[in-house]
Amino acid sequence: MSVTHGTTTTAGPVPGDTPPEATSATGDAHRHSAGIEAVGRVARAVLPVTGVLSDPTQLRTYECDGLAHYRVTPALVVLPETTEQLAAVVRACAAHGVPFVARGSGTGLSGGALPRADGVLVVTSRMRTIREVRRADQRAVVEPGVINLAVTRAVTGEGYYYAPDPSSQQICSIGGNLAENSGGAHCLKYGFTSNHVLGAELVTPQGDVVALGGLAPDSPGYDLLGTVVGSEGTLGIATTAVVRLVRLPEEVRTLLVGFRSTDDAGAATSAIIGAGIVPAAIEMMDALAIEAAEAAVHCDYPAGAGAVLVIELDGAAVEVEHEYAQVERFCTEHGAFELRPATDAAERALIWKGRKSAFAAVGRISPDYIVQDGVIPRTALPEVLRAIAELSSSSGVRVANVFHAGDGNLHPLVLFDDAQPGAGKAAEQVSGAILDLCINHGGSITGEHGVGVDKAAYMPRMFSDDDLDTMQLVRCAFDPDGISNPGKLFPTPRLCGEVPGKRKHAHPLVEAGLADAF
Amino acid sequence: MVHSTGETRQQLPPEEPPGTGAQAHGPVPVGTPAVRPAFDTEHPPSAALIGDCVHCGFCLPTCPTYTLWGEEMDSPRGRIDLMKAGLEGAPLSDTMVQHFDACLGCMACVTACPSGVQYDELIEATRVQVERHHQRPAGQRALRAAIFALFPYKRRLRAMRGPLRAYQASGLSGMLRRSKVLDRLAPTLAAMEALAPPLERREKLPERVPAVGQRRAVVGMLTGCVQGEFFPAVNAATARVLAAEGCDVLIPRRQGCCGALSVHNGRQEEAERFARATVDAFERAGVQTVVVNAAGCGSSMKEYADLLADDPAYAERAARFAASVRDVSELLAELGTVAPRHPVDMTVAYHDACHLAHAQGVRAQPRALLREIPGLQLREIADPEICCGSAGIWNVLNPEPARELGDRKARTIADTGAELLVTANPGCLMQVASSLERQGTRIGLAHTVEVLDASIRGIPVRGLGIQR
Ligand SMILES: Cc1cc2nc3c(=O)[nH]c(=O)nc-3n(C[C@H](O)[C@H](O)[C@H](O)COP(=O)(O)OP(=O)(O)OC[C@H]3O[C@@H](n4cnc5c(N)ncnc54)[C@H](O)[C@@H]3O)c2cc1C
Ligand code: SF4
Ligand code: SF4
Repeated sequence: MSVTHGTTTTAGPVPGDTPPEATSATGDAHRHSAGIEAVGRVARAVLPVTGVLSDPTQLRTYECDGLAHYRVTPALVVLPETTEQLAAVVRACAAHGVPFVARGSGTGLSGGALPRADGVLVVTSRMRTIREVRRADQRAVVEPGVINLAVTRAVTGEGYYYAPDPSSQQICSIGGNLAENSGGAHCLKYGFTSNHVLGAELVTPQGDVVALGGLAPDSPGYDLLGTVVGSEGTLGIATTAVVRLVRLPEEVRTLLVGFRSTDDAGAATSAIIGAGIVPAAIEMMDALAIEAAEAAVHCDYPAGAGAVLVIELDGAAVEVEHEYAQVERFCTEHGAFELRPATDAAERALIWKGRKSAFAAVGRISPDYIVQDGVIPRTALPEVLRAIAELSSSSGVRVANVFHAGDGNLHPLVLFDDAQPGAGKAAEQVSGAILDLCINHGGSITGEHGVGVDKAAYMPRMFSDDDLDTMQLVRCAFDPDGISNPGKLFPTPRLCGEVPGKRKHAHPLVEAGLADAF
Repeated sequence: MVHSTGETRQQLPPEEPPGTGAQAHGPVPVGTPAVRPAFDTEHPPSAALIGDCVHCGFCLPTCPTYTLWGEEMDSPRGRIDLMKAGLEGAPLSDTMVQHFDACLGCMACVTACPSGVQYDELIEATRVQVERHHQRPAGQRALRAAIFALFPYKRRLRAMRGPLRAYQASGLSGMLRRSKVLDRLAPTLAAMEALAPPLERREKLPERVPAVGQRRAVVGMLTGCVQGEFFPAVNAATARVLAAEGCDVLIPRRQGCCGALSVHNGRQEEAERFARATVDAFERAGVQTVVVNAAGCGSSMKEYADLLADDPAYAERAARFAASVRDVSELLAELGTVAPRHPVDMTVAYHDACHLAHAQGVRAQPRALLREIPGLQLREIADPEICCGSAGIWNVLNPEPARELGDRKARTIADTGAELLVTANPGCLMQVASSLERQGTRIGLAHTVEVLDASIRGIPVRGLGIQR
């Protein structure tokens, strides 16, 4: 969730009166100064001078990611250039019990890369080499700091691209994508990051360098790679990723469709997918979101629309032709009043620009806002959207909706003006209630932005204590000392002993003979 | 020493102008900076503008210093964080200043930002504060003083031309020599000299160039300092093209520097002085439109309204003036082409000057004008939004990273395989030329209007530099 204008508001039940600095998620600056000094010495010995930052002015610029509400100044920032340097720093952290947090480009929207005041921030922005492009194998081997779009740019000349396309693709890193299992508009057809990462080199929280998966399509044994993808930096730091390259489609057709209501647009979406068509993308924006995008990028969406769909079809030309005719028919049948196909690359770019700039654009119609992220089964769309509208009208809090309609990933944008007393609180409540709606409809509290520090407290709403304990066992197997991005993903550090100290007792499940420590 | 055109030599620094900058306000008291907040209350960077930043990071990949070093404090988002820290009372430490100074002012971040953050205003306000409160090391001060005593003054620039290379100029004080100022300035001056056509080819412009055929507009033309002295052919071509397209071109004799370099480096009073003089000069000429062919000058002239907002005698006039300023390609596109074009059978790579593309939003017009020329094939340069590293005087102050940026740009230019590189700023031309030369890429260089001029007149593109 992202809040504009540096306000002090966020969704979720984070108590407003407890500054982030004081929570267990962020650490105590004074507890580990000796450890930090020791890690700093190691870092200075192995890294170039400019790769270790301890000047408070410089540290300050690393205090938050894309969720600017949570701010913690790290004790030390390191910018390694190689796996060996990074591993040396992590080994030093392990030796001294110093927590560390990985950071890619710092665009995360759940505070996943929020530093620890008593810890080290390990930034991968200088590990940005595309090591290898194996066109015949449809693979590329990249360092974690490589920008998502840079992969596509490097291979389009050869007729390929990297499919997962978060709206932040021009700046988010492959390492961050891997950690968040990021998705984007085109993941409806092509799948999330987890479907496109085939291997990774991981520096474990002990500082060991291990290979997970590889160039081959399958590796025997437990799917440890699958465990690490989406683990939000809690199981170690990825230092290389082997990613899948996808052939550029022969034909792409982009269509902008205006509807009177989100109900109609939702029904058209279900009809299209129900007919067995899998478009590359179906994105929906409601009237308020359209207004914002118009204000920011003048995308010229159909006037008077209560909702628009951006539908993209790609593939073999004959197939696209055939599907396109059906999509047109479904839209018209469900009340579309304007269908506008892009006739050239510039028009397509403008249609997408309206959609992809929508988050940041909302800043133009509201001084402050919260970006929510939740998932519901697609069929529940009309019902959930109606419930959100009711929430909005009963509370007087405006909600703009932008989302990946195809896979039911909602991004309600809850608007408020922090200058008005109580407005922030009201917005938080609406935002939280939307998440409850998602859970109640069999959905999830995050589609792609991750749990991070922001939604950790929501995990118990989705999972039982036993569920959470079981997840902790996985974490303990990788990180028994709890030093790898502690305080994220789970509500409170449980098991594994006190974070970030050493584990003291056996896990209760282990003791009860119900589970085994790896 | 006597210049070959008969000019008497110019006494260079240091006693003359600046009149502003760090010296004017005295050094920061020793021992106190740790408790003194970075900014005073006179126009600090605006908290409201800083608040517009949602920390999305979309500006990072277009920032040349972020692409070079990959660190947050040398990114737009990080610099905005530093400004915020300053507003909250953090001191203006050497480290903080270093990151502000490293900003090229290319404004690529302004183009990239979806939230409409006005970084241009933020960094300009910050630079003024830095000049006011920060004492730079002696060597750096001397270098800056030398630059600002030289570049904005045509007669001094002229004195540097010809056989008088920087090393031979004798009017420099001992301090400048000791601080190796000339070693730093020399490559830039040498590059200018290498690119500039021989002295005898300098074309003197009349005060009025009448429209050819039916008159469609009356415009004033800025000749600029570097453009005027080192690339006079560009000015001559500008006047001819404008005239061919039906403009009466008035070229006020008594125009000086527009103040671009000063404003981009926080030298507020000096910039204001130049701005007032420029407004005066063109008001006297009585023109409705002022045409500029140097991107950096155009962008700062369009900002005169802000620069002189606090001056009651000038605020309104400056606003009117600013609204009348057009880049030459902008004006030509507005007017529409009437003069017939002759074919120019060349492949041309167009390089976006930052102060044209990012600061003025002029990207489509020069490309459209070039595409109108029969036979001309336009090629795009990869990563067009990234600065070439010239950035006014940034390349003089930061030679190494500037060279790296220049080399990157030169590689992408070479990749286009074009025969001619076209851009709209003298700084870019010089910067890229030296990188191309180092790299051994043979390519012609020209300003957009030189290509238009050649096409209208049906002569080969003469261009500059390497293929002269
Ligand atoms: C305007 C905007 C739009 C966005 N749109 C989308 C979208 O459409 N879809 C989407 O999924 N997300 C979106 N995001 C969220 C964000 O861009 C993604 O989560 C992205 O993957 C984060 O990448 P990053 O490099 O910025 O990671 P960071 O923010 O730096 O880190 C994110 C997490 O990954 C961990 N991490 C980083 N690098 C590594 C590594 N090498 N090894 C292990 N852990 C690591 C960090 O510890 C942290 O927990 C958007 C963000 C913004 C600001
Ligand atoms: S003006 Fe250019 S160098 Fe400065 S922060 Fe913006 S993009 Fe970076
Ligand atoms: S793109 Fe704009 S809003 Fe985003 S970080 Fe940069 S300046 Fe801030």
